[in-house]
Amino acid sequence: MSIEDHLPALQIVVPLLLAPVVTLLRVRSLPWAASTATSALTFVLAIALAGQVATDGALSYAVGGWQPPYGIELAIDQFSVLLLLIISGASTVALVFGKASLDREIGEERAPLFFAAWLLVLAALCGMVTTGDAFNLFVFLEISSLASYVLIAAGPDRRALMATHRYIILGTLGATFYLIGVGLIYMMTGTLNLADMALRIGEVSELRPVLVAAGFITMGLALKAAMFPVHAWMPNAYAFAPHAVSVFLAACATKAALYVLIRFDFVVFLPHLAEHAAQVSAFFIPLAVVAFLVGSTVAVFERNLKRMLGYSSVAQIGYILLGVALLTPLALTGAIVHLFNHALIKGALFMAVVCIAHRTGSVQLPAIAGCARAMPLTMAAFVVAGLSMIGVPLTVGFVSKWYLIQACLEFGVPGYFLAAALLLSSLLAVVYVWKVVEAAYFKPRPEEAPELCEAPPMILASLWLVTLANLWFGIDSSLPLGLARAASMTLLGEAP
Amino acid sequence: MNLESLMLVALLLPLVGAAGISLAGSKPNLRETVTLTTAGVLAFTVWSLVPPVLAGARPRLEVTTLFDGLAITFQVEPLGMLFAALASSLWIVNSIYSIGYMRGNGEKHQTRFYIAFAVAIFAALGVAFAGNLLTLFIFYEILTISTYPLVSHKGDAATVRSARVYLGLLLATSIGLLLPAVIWTYVQAGTLDFTPGGILDGTGPLALGVLLACFAFGTAKAGLMPVHRWLPAAMVAPTPVSALLHAVAVVKAGVFTILKVVIYIFGVETLAESGAQQWLVWIASGTIVLASLIAMTKDNLKARLAYSTVSQLSYIVLGAALATASGVIGATMHIVTHAAGKITLFFCAGAIYTALHKTLVSELSGVGRTMPFTFAAFTIAALSIIGLPPFAGAWSKWFLVLGALEAGELLAVAVLMLSSLLNIIYLLQIPLLAFFREPAPGDEFRGVREAPLPSLLAIGITSLLCLVLFFAAEPLYQWARLLPSG
Repeated sequence: MSIEDHLPALQIVVPLLLAPVVTLLRVRSLPWAASTATSALTFVLAIALAGQVATDGALSYAVGGWQPPYGIELAIDQFSVLLLLIISGASTVALVFGKASLDREIGEERAPLFFAAWLLVLAALCGMVTTGDAFNLFVFLEISSLASYVLIAAGPDRRALMATHRYIILGTLGATFYLIGVGLIYMMTGTLNLADMALRIGEVSELRPVLVAAGFITMGLALKAAMFPVHAWMPNAYAFAPHAVSVFLAACATKAALYVLIRFDFVVFLPHLAEHAAQVSAFFIPLAVVAFLVGSTVAVFERNLKRMLGYSSVAQIGYILLGVALLTPLALTGAIVHLFNHALIKGALFMAVVCIAHRTGSVQLPAIAGCARAMPLTMAAFVVAGLSMIGVPLTVGFVSKWYLIQACLEFGVPGYFLAAALLLSSLLAVVYVWKVVEAAYFKPRPEEAPELCEAPPMILASLWLVTLANLWFGIDSSLPLGLARAASMTLLGEAP
Repeated sequence: MNLESLMLVALLLPLVGAAGISLAGSKPNLRETVTLTTAGVLAFTVWSLVPPVLAGARPRLEVTTLFDGLAITFQVEPLGMLFAALASSLWIVNSIYSIGYMRGNGEKHQTRFYIAFAVAIFAALGVAFAGNLLTLFIFYEILTISTYPLVSHKGDAATVRSARVYLGLLLATSIGLLLPAVIWTYVQAGTLDFTPGGILDGTGPLALGVLLACFAFGTAKAGLMPVHRWLPAAMVAPTPVSALLHAVAVVKAGVFTILKVVIYIFGVETLAESGAQQWLVWIASGTIVLASLIAMTKDNLKARLAYSTVSQLSYIVLGAALATASGVIGATMHIVTHAAGKITLFFCAGAIYTALHKTLVSELSGVGRTMPFTFAAFTIAALSIIGLPPFAGAWSKWFLVLGALEAGELLAVAVLMLSSLLNIIYLLQIPLLAFFREPAPGDEFRGVREAPLPSLLAIGITSLLCLVLFFAAEPLYQWARLLPSG
């Protein structure tokens, strides 16, 4: 077998094996350099894998040569590839972008362990979106959670510890729920391989343990995905984590949980449990609507910019869940493409806020008054990403909104109300983006405030890379849309 | 040069101009030369498109395709051509006026002002040339955003508050209503291209009515009540902005959008048969009367003119809502005649402010002898807006009344007549006050004191236009007849 055949495994193994190596590097910025190189390599592997999937279609890889359903299978299709690109891309950009702020926040002493934890998160997230084995998935879920607790707790002040504590409790609950669900299904079907599970679950679909398992798994993953009303861990975790960690996790941590949720629901439960479709819709649609209305409203009143973006993420996750819960190809395409687009949007917004924080030393709204004059490029990027979040044409946000609203309108009168709620949430987004723009552009800089200057070039370059990606994929969205369309077809069991 | 390249040049010129203005920012004379040159070349380019387009050419420019067949496309047809020609020609006059006004009042941030102005003209041309609804929507939003710095130009707290109303209302309606209307149209028709005869043939009357409502209120720039509040709020802007943008480019982009949607998306015939536009006749009529009544209560000259604009814009919406051939012709002609009249009135208001620093109507007693030229021009423009011959406004009103009669809307006829009477009261009152009332103590005649020469020149040109367009209305009428309204 050539190296290409092992790409699925390498995707996980490379960062996993390099993590312990990084702990041994005790020289200045070497840990950073090594993990950035590893992350970049992972990104390259993801691109290579995307190429393979594009030509050969979905891949299956038997770990250690143990054939599925007995061994662990890595199952890679367009959906996983999309997530792999998001995860490895976000990690790489966040590392390059975050060097300066990490140097300040982490310090040389803790750096080796911190970056090792970062690589573990990367490896585990990649594992979550590639594995085809329910228990292996749990293992990756736990690795990613434990390692990200470390990342968040490394935040500059002690509030990070409280935020982490909250996250540990809710995260552990989520993982436990998931494990209970998987255990029940294993009891009923005798298999842990997802594809195999989908085949066998039909025979026992009417039995109560399976229904309970569906409930536990959905709820557990919803916790990890920060779905409203179990989102409470997320805004603080983002707000008090080191800046680069906020960028990384905001772009992809909840996305991986959403991915697993979608996978499980559409592959295992929906085709085989008679009531599941109605239950998913009845459960998720109201929660999704409340999520984006409440999330956006809270964001409007939030004065800490990182928390504001965290609540905005609650709303955006609501959009994705709405797309999932409508269960039509159009809606699912919209949800999946929004996974990708939201990573770009929120990544760019967090990066811009971090740039400002880097110079002003604060993420509070009053502290940024008048900063646009000194930091025009940073604020311009914020405006572009903000427009993208609102959903203005020519940005990625528009692509998602176009699909989601169209999907809502297919449902007649109830759909009109959904579309109206979605638009209302967009209008709230206008308000909170505008608050920042107005403070930065139209408020005078306070007299006693220190002089500002533009962020360092490397930081600015990575910020604009992501910002331009917002425009690029808004104008030519064939790559994410193609993958999302293929993924939704596969998930809904229709021929692409 | 072929027509497509001409279109591209016309679209890009204002942007090039904006770049030039920012480069020449430190040298005011050079900067104003750049503005005027750009405006001149632009008007020439746009006008050189006119003969072929009127002869039937429909040049089309595909920029890019986004996804699902959604594209950024430009196509010139007679209505867009008219709007583009109007905006680009008046930009020259307005730039001349701006030089006098901005320097006469010693305004700050003049470079930013001219840059934002050029970008706004770019957006207006994009709206005019848009080949489908999506492109139109994009440029509609650019127009909103690029005019924000102009409205908030003064920068004090009250101005920023008003500017926030301006931006908030325009963005909220466009994202909350116009965008869903666009998406809904796509869901119904599978395309967004502007097509003669419309693309919504198979849609039921109820859906058509709701969709029309989304378009009519989503396009808040058209000033239909109750989404007209942004226009009075925008009056905090310097007068040249009120003149070109809030009497011509921005508000006309609004009514242009409604007219374009009625003609090329709904189709005049489809709409007339469905009867779905009936309510819009009433709303437009209501806006005409109510806005006139409010205008009468306003003592601030610019606020009065703003409400007059709200009222006049609804003439055009009414013309579209009548869904008859004459209605569409009247609406189209009114875009031009009202532009000529209202820009003159705003120019005069600005001239009065520059020369005498007066903003209230009640302060104008007896100042007619101090500023005879300005008030003469004001009288001409007011008579044109009222719709009396021999001024341009008479023709558009003529066709609007004709359209209302064709549609059997006697209410609309009555409203148009009533509105003329109200116009006489609140517009003619101003020159009458200025010429015939005794001056207030301290305002006695101490020799003629007019605004700076560039401003007077601009006033002269536009007030002359009000007169010329009456006697030379035939080309305009032929132009309006080219629209597929039958």
